[in-house]
Amino acid sequence: MSDPASLVTPDDPWRRALVESVHPSGWSNPKPAGRYNLVVIGAGPAGLVAARGAATLGAKVALIERGLLGGDCLNVGCVPSKTIIRTARLYAEMRDAKNYGALVPGDIDVDFAAAMARMRRIQARLGRTDSAWRLQEEGIDVYFGAARFVGRDTVAVGSQTLRFAKALVATGARSLTPAIPGLAEAGYLTNESVFDLTRCPRRLLVMGGGPLGCELAQAFCRFGAHVVIVQDDPMFLPKEERDAAQLLSEALTRDGVEIHLNTAVVGARCEGGQKIVNLSSGGDRFDVAVDEILAGIGRTPNVEELNLEAAGVAYDTSRGIHVDDFLRTANRKIYAAGDVCLEHKFTHTAEASARLAVQNALFLGRKRISGLAIPWCTYTDPEIAHVGMYVRQARRRAIPVNTFTVLMHDVDRAVTDGEEQGFVKIHVRPGSGRILGATVVARHAGEMINGLSLAISAKLGMSDLAKVVQAYPTQADAIKLAADAYNRTRLMPWLKALARRWLALQR
Amino acid sequence: MVEPGTAESGQSDEELLDRFQRGAFGYFLEQFNPDNGLVGDTDRAGAPASIAVVGFALSCYPVGVERGWIARADAAQRALAVLRFFCDSRQGDQPDATGYKGFYYHFLDMKTGRRVWQSEISLIDTTLLLAGVLTAATYFDRDAADENEIRRRADFIYRRVDWLWARGGGVSEWQGWKPEGGFLHYGWDGYDEAIILYVLGMASPTFPLPADNYAKWTATYQWENIYDVEFLYGGPLFLHHYSQAWIDFAGIRDQFMREKKSDYFENSRRAALVQREYARRNPYGFAGYGKDCWGITACDGPGFTTLTIGGRERRFLGYAARGVPFGPDDGTIDPCATLASLPFTPELSLSALRHFCTHYPDMIRRSRLPSGFNPSFPGGSAAGWISQGSFGLDQGIVVLMIENYRSGLIWRLMRRCPYIGQGLRRAGFTGGWLS
Repeated sequence: MSDPASLVTPDDPWRRALVESVHPSGWSNPKPAGRYNLVVIGAGPAGLVAARGAATLGAKVALIERGLLGGDCLNVGCVPSKTIIRTARLYAEMRDAKNYGALVPGDIDVDFAAAMARMRRIQARLGRTDSAWRLQEEGIDVYFGAARFVGRDTVAVGSQTLRFAKALVATGARSLTPAIPGLAEAGYLTNESVFDLTRCPRRLLVMGGGPLGCELAQAFCRFGAHVVIVQDDPMFLPKEERDAAQLLSEALTRDGVEIHLNTAVVGARCEGGQKIVNLSSGGDRFDVAVDEILAGIGRTPNVEELNLEAAGVAYDTSRGIHVDDFLRTANRKIYAAGDVCLEHKFTHTAEASARLAVQNALFLGRKRISGLAIPWCTYTDPEIAHVGMYVRQARRRAIPVNTFTVLMHDVDRAVTDGEEQGFVKIHVRPGSGRILGATVVARHAGEMINGLSLAISAKLGMSDLAKVVQAYPTQADAIKLAADAYNRTRLMPWLKALARRWLALQR
Repeated sequence: MVEPGTAESGQSDEELLDRFQRGAFGYFLEQFNPDNGLVGDTDRAGAPASIAVVGFALSCYPVGVERGWIARADAAQRALAVLRFFCDSRQGDQPDATGYKGFYYHFLDMKTGRRVWQSEISLIDTTLLLAGVLTAATYFDRDAADENEIRRRADFIYRRVDWLWARGGGVSEWQGWKPEGGFLHYGWDGYDEAIILYVLGMASPTFPLPADNYAKWTATYQWENIYDVEFLYGGPLFLHHYSQAWIDFAGIRDQFMREKKSDYFENSRRAALVQREYARRNPYGFAGYGKDCWGITACDGPGFTTLTIGGRERRFLGYAARGVPFGPDDGTIDPCATLASLPFTPELSLSALRHFCTHYPDMIRRSRLPSGFNPSFPGGSAAGWISQGSFGLDQGIVVLMIENYRSGLIWRLMRRCPYIGQGLRRAGFTGGWLS
């Protein structure tokens, strides 16, 4: 069991309050009494949702956590990153004030330490929701310590052995360690350490142009760091649409991020108190000198220390635990959810998969993970959100697809807000109007995508969306405008002719 | 110096087009090195040769002959000079060769013909060169010593291209290559100017691309409804022109266009309509934009700088691939691209050309349009910033597209080129003139 004191970095009242909630110093693990309906390993978003869901329905539940309750999301993921992104955005807006007809405040000095203190305060506040005491009150047996399977239906925590009817592995994932000569010696940050910074690095090199790399590159740039982002691929967010990635490139450029696409980090060394990073692009090699390096090259599932072999659970270190569409592992008593087994490593995906796994594990459910419409969002400015299928996926499966595109510069509220960069693209099956997927690039794309997720989940078509009366002016109007454009394509020439004749008769 | 006599002089459409076509054609006569037939990328001092511009030059010579601007023998000699050069110049993996595996470096020294600027072996630029090589081979069809040699050498150049090597292990992602670092990955995804690349690659008698490569590429297409116009989306206007300069797509359809009940000719028309509508809406309030001022594409620009104009911060770009409607857009219009849409939107392109002549006469020099102007960028006249000199690609597309509009010469020639027909059929095109 980790020593709670070692988790309090940096040491301040907020961090101490957080750790007191999510890994209390005086905690005593309960004594297991009989077989649990469900043992949940890992108390990140998936584990918490599963434990709470099962306990609410009357199950006897154990929840095992080796570190902090709340997992990556609360401690080293969404919560801290979105908190500092908000502060960074504010600085960007202050500098941009004249474009809004406002005066630029004089002397915009960045107080990085204050931004990070705010982050810890907010973590402490949100951490209260998932405190160990609270979970205990909800009837969940909370165990702190490393879990290790000792049989097909038993798991050990420290000296105690827990028996289970069903278990759920939700141990999450961690940052990939980059295999780059000299990097370990030079030292680098990951999402697990970057939020412990108390001073903004003057120069920061970000490795990787995925969601984490792009979000933090932009945020640190807005805090005043000279940020260099290095991406192996020809574009950022390679899974997203080309136009979305292009808009993001432009946004990062506008902020002043130095972009190196099609470029690999091939070496690093310390020299004269700075870190020298060696880059390679199309045969050209060059050095960049920085103060810190942030690695955001991907995540790897936490599977190694669970002794999964003893439980007969199949896994590998890149894909994680192998599960079927019902989230069952090779051991029918054991399920998995969240980052440890899913390709899309997001909090809401973890939570959705946990709900589904609990239903399937405890109540003979037959819910399929492939049946969920799961959105995701990269919280850059503008944000990039997606749900459902991409066009290339539809076309690969020979599904006909038309895309209805509305530019944010045609949405009144986006114009009045000075947030015209972006678009809504809704991918539709022609004829039926069924929504196959959608991508939104907008200042608040994460909010806007939810309406489209609802439409897909509820199997609403474009004509249904066109019937919805929306509040004006809102940026989500873009969705209605796309649905209206779809309806206009349905207006066949014969129908127009008929309408014209009818109206002529009415004159 | 401002050129006198533009739209106000009462020129007919035909006269106006003739004037700009001939002006553009002059570029290829002036920027030509008689020793090796290479043609400069631009007419700026010290500019290297661009292999794509040579492709345009080879395609323009037949136009010049038919229009009586150059003697057939002179045109044949110019073509022959460059075909001899590309046959005999050094192919190999040395960093200063002219080409490798039958492909060529993007930029070559005008005199020595060797690689410059550390440029890449460029697949798309080699393709545009090959399009010109095959245009010349098809046009110079007489049984005369020089014309026989043109055809023989053209065939050699085309057959030597190792399309299979150029896949670089990929499937439909086309790449460049550098001796220093191997294959380059551009991340080409979605519709672009590459149809002719696939057509020529699949028709190769020596190293043919597998037929399913084209289908894999078209699987990345996006059919979009933008401003109530449904079309196969591509942002920069030029990518709706380059394959279309050589291939008459009217009435012929591949699987994708059969599904969408359209064709690539019609698609280029719709792309121009979207460009025009974007300029009318002018979401970012750039000076000059309007129904007769559109044409946002890959072109020269004022330079990478930020200025505050009218209380608004404006970021400008240098040479960049601008596009509609997702950008980037810095207020720069390439009038050559507007004119290159002529076969697809004749009334709209002519109207825009007259507008350019009337409102921005000082950007027209020696009957040539510049490769970009930006009325939002402070300059000496209403045109604002004006790209200096001329770019070969822009002058080339102007010559070819005006000719396709006036006589369809290039399209008719390339219908006769067996490789074009074979490649199109292998890509699944049917109907129209392919029937």
